[in-house]
Amino acid sequence: MARLTEENVRLAREIIARYPRSRSATIPLLHLAQQQDGYVSNDAMVHIGELVGATSAEVFGTASFYEMFKFEPVGKYLVNICGTMSCALLGADELIHHAEHALDVKLGGTTDDGLITLERAECQAACTEAPCLQVNYRYRFRVTNESFDQLVDDLRAGRLDGEIPPHGTVARVRQRVAADRVVGAVAPADVADGPSWFDGKAAL
Amino acid sequence: MTTTETNVTSDENQPPVDPNAVTMSINGRSVVARKGELIIAAADRSGDYIPRFCYHPRMSPVGMCRQCLVEVEGPRGPMMVVSCMTPVADGQVVRTDTPQVKRAHEGILELLLTNHPLDCPVCDKGGECPLQDQAFSHGPGESRFVEEKRHYEKPIPISDIVLLDRERCILCDRCTRFADEVAGDALIHFTSRGNNTQVLTFPDEPFSSYFSGNTVQICPVGALTAKPYRFKARPWDLEKVESTCTTCSVGCRITVESSRDQLLRYQGVDSDPVNWSWLCDKGRFNFEAVASDARLDQPLIKRDGKFVETDWSTALRATAELVSSALRDGGAGSVAILGGARGTNEDAYAWSRLARALGTSNVDAQLGDGLPSVVYAYPQATIDEAANASTVILLGPDLKEELPVLHLRLRDASEKKRSKIVEFGSKESGLTRYAWKHTGHEPGQQVSAVRSTLTETAVVSQLGKGSVVVVVGRGNLAESPEFTMSALAAVMELVPNAKVLPVLRRGNVRGALSAGLGSGSAVEILERAAAGKINCLVLVGSDPLADFPDADLARRALTGVPNIVSLDTFMTTSSSQAQIVLPAAAFGEKDGTTTNLEGRVSQLSRKVTTRGTSRPDWMVAVELADLLDIDLGVGSVHDVFEQMVSTQSAFRPIDRTALKASPDGVLLAHVGSAPIASPVPDVPERAGFSYRLVVSRKLYDAGHNVANSPSLASLAPGAAIYLHPLDLDRLGAPAGSNVKAIGARTSVVMRVEADASVHRGTAWVPFNQPGGKVGELIDASALVNDVRLENI
Repeated sequence: MARLTEENVRLAREIIARYPRSRSATIPLLHLAQQQDGYVSNDAMVHIGELVGATSAEVFGTASFYEMFKFEPVGKYLVNICGTMSCALLGADELIHHAEHALDVKLGGTTDDGLITLERAECQAACTEAPCLQVNYRYRFRVTNESFDQLVDDLRAGRLDGEIPPHGTVARVRQRVAADRVVGAVAPADVADGPSWFDGKAAL
Repeated sequence: MTTTETNVTSDENQPPVDPNAVTMSINGRSVVARKGELIIAAADRSGDYIPRFCYHPRMSPVGMCRQCLVEVEGPRGPMMVVSCMTPVADGQVVRTDTPQVKRAHEGILELLLTNHPLDCPVCDKGGECPLQDQAFSHGPGESRFVEEKRHYEKPIPISDIVLLDRERCILCDRCTRFADEVAGDALIHFTSRGNNTQVLTFPDEPFSSYFSGNTVQICPVGALTAKPYRFKARPWDLEKVESTCTTCSVGCRITVESSRDQLLRYQGVDSDPVNWSWLCDKGRFNFEAVASDARLDQPLIKRDGKFVETDWSTALRATAELVSSALRDGGAGSVAILGGARGTNEDAYAWSRLARALGTSNVDAQLGDGLPSVVYAYPQATIDEAANASTVILLGPDLKEELPVLHLRLRDASEKKRSKIVEFGSKESGLTRYAWKHTGHEPGQQVSAVRSTLTETAVVSQLGKGSVVVVVGRGNLAESPEFTMSALAAVMELVPNAKVLPVLRRGNVRGALSAGLGSGSAVEILERAAAGKINCLVLVGSDPLADFPDADLARRALTGVPNIVSLDTFMTTSSSQAQIVLPAAAFGEKDGTTTNLEGRVSQLSRKVTTRGTSRPDWMVAVELADLLDIDLGVGSVHDVFEQMVSTQSAFRPIDRTALKASPDGVLLAHVGSAPIASPVPDVPERAGFSYRLVVSRKLYDAGHNVANSPSLASLAPGAAIYLHPLDLDRLGAPAGSNVKAIGARTSVVMRVEADASVHRGTAWVPFNQPGGKVGELIDASALVNDVRLENI
């Protein structure tokens, strides 16, 4: 859909400057792109390739390893219902069945209003709280059909805006690295001295 | 310490021990290997074959397929290791034939075959497939896998030439590694890594690499296939002969493969000094042109302005008549021969003998787009020397576009940190991103660029670190070659011990010049022709109207010559102006030898019958001589070879036995001494509103070999003027729109595009593109050419 915005390009350059090799910034930049559009668009991957000095195929090759990068638009909220052992035993399939009906979508689909995408997930490591689900990777435990409907209601009414940011938001607080601690895009092999903040003698 | 000293004294008469040699044992036999060598390579030499898929001797090992497991004796007993990732060590004990190793090989093959479709009967690779072969030799024979295999759409095109069948793919990382490591075009990559790993391009970004055909050759299964060969033959039907590619002057070793007397495939042969088994797509796939319907198959003679088919004796007698009447009327100086750089050494030598016998020195194998042959008088470097030099100075063309495999060799030298590249150019090239230093200069400013860059402190210290090779060629067809020659002289003055690798591009240009086809200069010959001083012009596989940079001069010259004879494989624009057109045998249809850019003579082999009645060039020269009562004293291509090596001093070190003994070829002798530097011509100032013209070649152009190969023809980028994006802004024309380009003589309308690799103040135009008229803007007699651009 879109390349990175000017503001995000500025952020991208800041992120790239933290690494000795620009390519190391590929994944942080993919997060940035997903934060911008809610998913990682092809244009964004091309743009990231240009920024870090990789081909778009390399960016895509890296990105496509990760389940949590989406390459098609998803809803504002991504609802992952766990379907692995404990949850399955405690009614995950029924819950998924109910969710499909309540939202009028199939697994993997997005509601017509573009708000919610429903997916089935592998174990979310909350087996004691089964069946569980995640909304944009925020847990909901011991979910029943009723609590699911309530959740959807709350999401639609915007009552959870404070707790759950839109899909793609990694964090609402961005890390800042002081300029004098930034290594810069210099290959380790080409760096003769330690970074300015590191006093080599202290290690002796 | 004491022991060592004793050893030294006692072994005084023994040859010194190689400090890099290690002694190991493979299957109980002692093997001497080199430090750093991999077990699999050492086993190959000792004759113990280890099955493998991902290992390729010309690429870095990755241990992807795990097929090459062997047992190595360790402190805790035998241990399984992948032999393509494990280096040899002194005293290492390797076993490749124990029951455990056999079980491992079977297990891996069973695993690799779980998702392989086994559609061998309809697969092009069947019969020469490492997976098929090794499943037979090292596989378990049956599989425990009963589940459904993975299914993908098959095959999908990943470029205009290459198709990918993901079901057959065993994920060995050979093609992706090649694209990244060797070609530098990482346009294919593993995607969706995990249970559904697959090789893919980025959506809508095809694998449009100049080297994509190599991935098809190295694919160990039938996952990658190339359009020109798909479903054309089974490997056991193919007849093969080793030959040398003459598409450009790198001279890659290839096998020419045919079935039912039709060329079907070229494969790269691993020639250590030259191509390392790689080929460019143009060289690999232009065999299609040999079988093209457009090939000439009968001699043609013009009657009443129209070509009619005739037989060879009529055509040759008519040719002899034209030549002798020219000799009668205007003397030897009124006969000219252009071309000969596309054929074999024998072709060139026969024509140069004929020219000498006629007494004319109006002979040139180049078409005003190369450098004077005096460039061969400098101390010469080989490709290997260039790719191992500590500094490579590039003065000239974009090697990726003109000599792609040499580009790969130099790219490798830079990537493996053997060499630092110092590049001079009027446009960024394919090697610029690997260059240690790129000095851009306006056309004609080479000498000052060389003088200022090579005297920088950092450069001077780099030049002093080791050997220096200057790779020199014609980078810009719109400037005088004198600038490059002066720049070369300037480099040699600053770095006196440097060696020179001239990179003139036509297939056998070095052989043709060494065989004597360079006594004149194409520019002067065409100028004489335009002045009406040439009566008979013989074009030996050359097409001045398309290939000579100055279109106007070529046109005036060909109009000024009353009698033109063209010997060519296709009806070219220039042939259509001829009185007589003789069909020539093409590559793959004739035997002989060829000389590559470093002066390496290697053999060319015939695989298929010549098209129609076409004949090799040398034969035409000999028969023509016969009709003119000149006895060249040769009756076969062997005679021509023998006469050539005994009379031409450059060919002295070469003889049949030497060629047979060394399939990689034999180097020419170095003839001549370094020329005296010519003074630098003054470059006229450029007017602020005009752009200095840079004209160079792209790999795919409107040349006949590309245009008549259906798989390649559409790859030519087309005619356009490329400007730096900021210059394009200044011009105010949107990219893709047409502009009027006003040269010194005339103006042409061309598309304009933005390209950041073009330097500001210059306009780059690729030469000889379909629909292109850049030749109209070039004046061969001018030092540099300027062009003004106007919006329309």
